[in-house]
Amino acid sequence: MILLLQYTLIFASVLLLVALGGCFSERSGVINIGLEGIMVMGGLGGALVLKFLPPEAGVFPMVLLAVLASALFGMLFSLLLAVASISFKADQTIVGTAMNMLAVAAATVFVKAMNTKISAAEGGKDVSSDILFPHTKDLLIVRIDSFEFNWFMPVALACLIISFIVLYKTRFGLRLRSCGEHPQASASVGISVTKMRYAGVLISGVLGGIGGLTFITAGVSKWTFEHGVAGFGFLAMAVMIFGSWHPLKIALAALLFGFFRALGNVYTGFDLLTMLNIPGVVYNMLPYIISLVVLAFTSKKSRAPKAAGIPYEKGSR
Amino acid sequence: MNNTAYAIEMLNITKRFPGIVANDNVTLQLKHGEIHALLGENGAGKSTLMSVLFGMYAAEEGVIKKDGKVVKINSPNDANDLGIGMVHQHFKMVECFSVLDNIILGVEDTKLGFLQKKKAREKVQALSERYGLHVDPDAIIEDITVGMQQRTEILKMLYRDNEILIFDEPTAVLTPQEIEELLQIMKNLAAEGKSVLFITHKLNEIMAVADRCSILRKGKYVGTVEVKDCTREQLSRMMVGRDVEFAVQKEPANPADEVLRVKDLCLASKRGKRNSVNNVSFSVRAGEIVCIAGIDGNGQSELVCGLTGLEPISSGSVHFSGIDITRAPIRKRSLMGMSHIPEDRHKHGLVLDYTLEDNMILQRYFKPEFTNKCGFLRRKNIRGYATRLIEKFDVRSGQGPVTLARSMSGGNQQRAIIAREIACDPKLLIAVQPTRGVDVGAIEYIHKQLVAERDAGKAILLVSLELDEVMSVSDRILVMYEGEIVGELDPKTTTVQELGLYMAGAKKEVVQ
Repeated sequence: MILLLQYTLIFASVLLLVALGGCFSERSGVINIGLEGIMVMGGLGGALVLKFLPPEAGVFPMVLLAVLASALFGMLFSLLLAVASISFKADQTIVGTAMNMLAVAAATVFVKAMNTKISAAEGGKDVSSDILFPHTKDLLIVRIDSFEFNWFMPVALACLIISFIVLYKTRFGLRLRSCGEHPQASASVGISVTKMRYAGVLISGVLGGIGGLTFITAGVSKWTFEHGVAGFGFLAMAVMIFGSWHPLKIALAALLFGFFRALGNVYTGFDLLTMLNIPGVVYNMLPYIISLVVLAFTSKKSRAPKAAGIPYEKGSR
Repeated sequence: MNNTAYAIEMLNITKRFPGIVANDNVTLQLKHGEIHALLGENGAGKSTLMSVLFGMYAAEEGVIKKDGKVVKINSPNDANDLGIGMVHQHFKMVECFSVLDNIILGVEDTKLGFLQKKKAREKVQALSERYGLHVDPDAIIEDITVGMQQRTEILKMLYRDNEILIFDEPTAVLTPQEIEELLQIMKNLAAEGKSVLFITHKLNEIMAVADRCSILRKGKYVGTVEVKDCTREQLSRMMVGRDVEFAVQKEPANPADEVLRVKDLCLASKRGKRNSVNNVSFSVRAGEIVCIAGIDGNGQSELVCGLTGLEPISSGSVHFSGIDITRAPIRKRSLMGMSHIPEDRHKHGLVLDYTLEDNMILQRYFKPEFTNKCGFLRRKNIRGYATRLIEKFDVRSGQGPVTLARSMSGGNQQRAIIAREIACDPKLLIAVQPTRGVDVGAIEYIHKQLVAERDAGKAILLVSLELDEVMSVSDRILVMYEGEIVGELDPKTTTVQELGLYMAGAKKEVVQ
């Protein structure tokens, strides 16, 4: 039971971080399909820090640097989307899709090259796309009784609170949201739609990157970059839509989806579930199936930011 | 106080676009505290002139002066800084924001980046009271009426302490009552010392509120007149360049066979439980114009959707030339001779990114005349057909049949739709607000076409919100209120006042 709670919370944290990122982007008017790729890149940045920084650096600096690196990698990668779709008015969906393909491929090539070189220097032959970070368990996790408290849980919670305040209580948030709904209105009162949309996309890069790091360090000490992030970026988009682009509802949706994802990890611990004798893959499929069902039934009512996906043209009305 | 008479002056403005001079040596002088109308047909250059004033376009020649001093306006922000505000024809508002949020957007008070709305709310409420705007600052834009949205736009300008207020065709979207209110608000604003520039082509409104009026025709400046020294006819002559007939000339109708018979028609509402159209029965005969009058939103649009097949009918029946078409698909109705001039010409009337010629064959493209046996379009025939219609109906466009519909003026888009619908030689023509947003010359033309079609033995069902149009064009008036037909009137014996009572639901009769 505690295990279920623990996994639910950590997966929910991932989904929450990434979905909040998507929320910032879409609220500013840019659809961010590239969250999956941003997660991979953010994960790569964080993993490199965890791999190369000596554990003697201490817990706090190490976690901080890893988070900063993942945020930076995510942000730089999201710059691709910003430049292409805001400055050059490219189709946002296509750019995002390209980013997803690029991220997994680039990360794999990079890690393989790195591993080959390092192992060659040591006389071995390692051509895998794995990055090991054996110390993360000690770094990121605090044991409270049998519950493994992960530092990313409070990070996600903090991001949730900050996101809500920024979006709804600040000038920046009001302006950002207006750009996602009616950019011509924003422009007519002197707001730079371009700047706001850049801000939205870059914030989504930061949050997506941190989410990526959270995901690849959740309970494991090795990540194979060939696998990308197993569709979690898309799952986060589903969470965002199910949460109707609102931080608090996104948090609830993240918990729900996180719960079903966790079930796949721990269902063997429940007598009732093992008795049902359902193959394990079904549990692993659950969150994706649920997202299909949920979106099919709710997307009619959900209300996306009106101008999301439409490049801003000065002259149009 | 300012020592010059004029709040803003635009002197000898010339703005050229490739192939066209949109403003040719135009002068506009706006006095402090006056309501100044800017009158011109669609495409006369009013919008271009305002875009120059707002810094969206740079004029090739001419200067702009504020309080006698030459100013440079390079962007909308410059215009804002000079105290120039505008209510756009298409409102610039975020629909899911509250009134207050829309008003403060761009000029928010903040403390450490956090929004401070208390002072803003007080100011908005004070302004709202002072000018009689009656706007609730916490209402969400998409929930309030168009009239209130417009008043929010006015508050937006007042909140920014703008002194020069521009209204771009503000009455096009309003009901008659809301128009009255708006005109009163404009008078209040002028009385408080604001200078109001009122862009319109509705002469009645100019006569009602404007002090002076400047007229543009085909990009040229015709002149500025004192409105009180002018008649409606003089103004329209200056605008169009010829005399315009306001009264519709027509003989009494000779109704023949019944073409459309509607019985107990009901349409379910998209929101709420009540039917949007409830138990409506009526008929339209060949050779008469039946007009459905009513205030916008009383089920007229839904009724038309039901008749044309755009929306499913929940109960009742529709017979067309004696054949039951209650469940017939749209193409069948169209081929049987039902034509439809839709309410929203951008949404249902035209494919804006198609050329004019492709728009002309939207319902007929599959006919052997336009498509050969292999399924390829016969471009030559299409172009010939479109060219004939363009000539016959005098549709003006930049490049003839290959002009993109989007680039045409509203009046000419409407002409194109009318051309297409009438050219099908329909038995029944359903025209929904055919004169919405078009200028006097085009209104006259459209009314003449409707009467001509009637005289040619067509049945015409006209849906209109304009009382003048209802009274002058129709042979029979049906009044709709809350989804039901509450009265049948004869335009020759009824009065506008009586019609108004039916429209407001104050009077009701059982119609057979």
